[in-house]
Amino acid sequence: MKKVIVLISLGILGFYLIDIFLGIGFGVPHFTNGVKDLYLSNSKDTLKVSNVVTAIVVNFRGFDTLGEVTVLFLASTALGGILYKKRHHVGERSVLFPASQVVMSGAKLLFPSIVLLGAYVFIHGHLSPGGGFQGGTIIATGFLLMLLTYRNYSVSHNRLVYFESLAGILFVSIGLVGYFSKGSFLENVLPVGNMNELFSGGVIGIIYIAVGFKVAAELTGIIYTVLHEKD
Amino acid sequence: MIYIILTLTLLLLMIASAVYAIWQKDLLYAVIASGILSLFLSIVFLILQAPDVALTEAAIGVALTTIIFIIAIRNTVRFEDEHDKKNVKTTTK
Repeated sequence: MKKVIVLISLGILGFYLIDIFLGIGFGVPHFTNGVKDLYLSNSKDTLKVSNVVTAIVVNFRGFDTLGEVTVLFLASTALGGILYKKRHHVGERSVLFPASQVVMSGAKLLFPSIVLLGAYVFIHGHLSPGGGFQGGTIIATGFLLMLLTYRNYSVSHNRLVYFESLAGILFVSIGLVGYFSKGSFLENVLPVGNMNELFSGGVIGIIYIAVGFKVAAELTGIIYTVLHEKD
Repeated sequence: MIYIILTLTLLLLMIASAVYAIWQKDLLYAVIASGILSLFLSIVFLILQAPDVALTEAAIGVALTTIIFIIAIRNTVRFEDEHDKKNVKTTTK
């Protein structure tokens, strides 16, 4: 009985996959020429974004970015679920070598500038190289420095989950606003402004800020969970 | 021309650190070597005009992956075999 159900569902899946692939129409001019010219001209003229990579990642291929963020979220959740029962209490983390005074002062000095650099990278994602993922990773590196240096430094897990959920909801709701008003997911709904200005590119800046917060919260959660695993 | 020489040097250094990471029996040194590989790789990305990828590689490859591997080594064993650790003072708890 189980095998029959599996076979039937596999057959349905295969049928629809073949149906979709036959409907794509490989070999038509749209495919052979590629979409690179369309992307380049659209990001320059329509969106007024100077960093074409950002325009592709967030706007033209924004749905894929949502998938990537979801993969990261699932990985972080699964890690937390696996390691949850073995967690230390706050302040009981075992460190191999206690950090010296120099490292402690240096970390305290470096932490705000690392977070500032990360915030700069994801706020200016549509103007300069970088973006939400890179900026979020840089911020997580700053938290890693503090967690490694101070033995009883702790990050509120509830606050991380709060930031992460809020950023994810913001991303999806901006996408849905584009869907309902313009007809496709993550379509630009805001005025685009002038090229090379901070307030340009429509929704790209807001989405990258959301992605930056989400990635930073997820990676910090992963590091925190791994560091607090009892051995 | 100078970019070609620089790229080739960086690629050779990448290969060297990868080989070192494979041959080294002390896993801590091997992880550090693979982090250095990521550092060279991010410079290569920068030379090849992919600064976005270079930023990602520098943040994830050099910092996060290395640290997570080091935490894993701290919680398990530092050496592949027991008889490799005779020269180094053991730092396991």
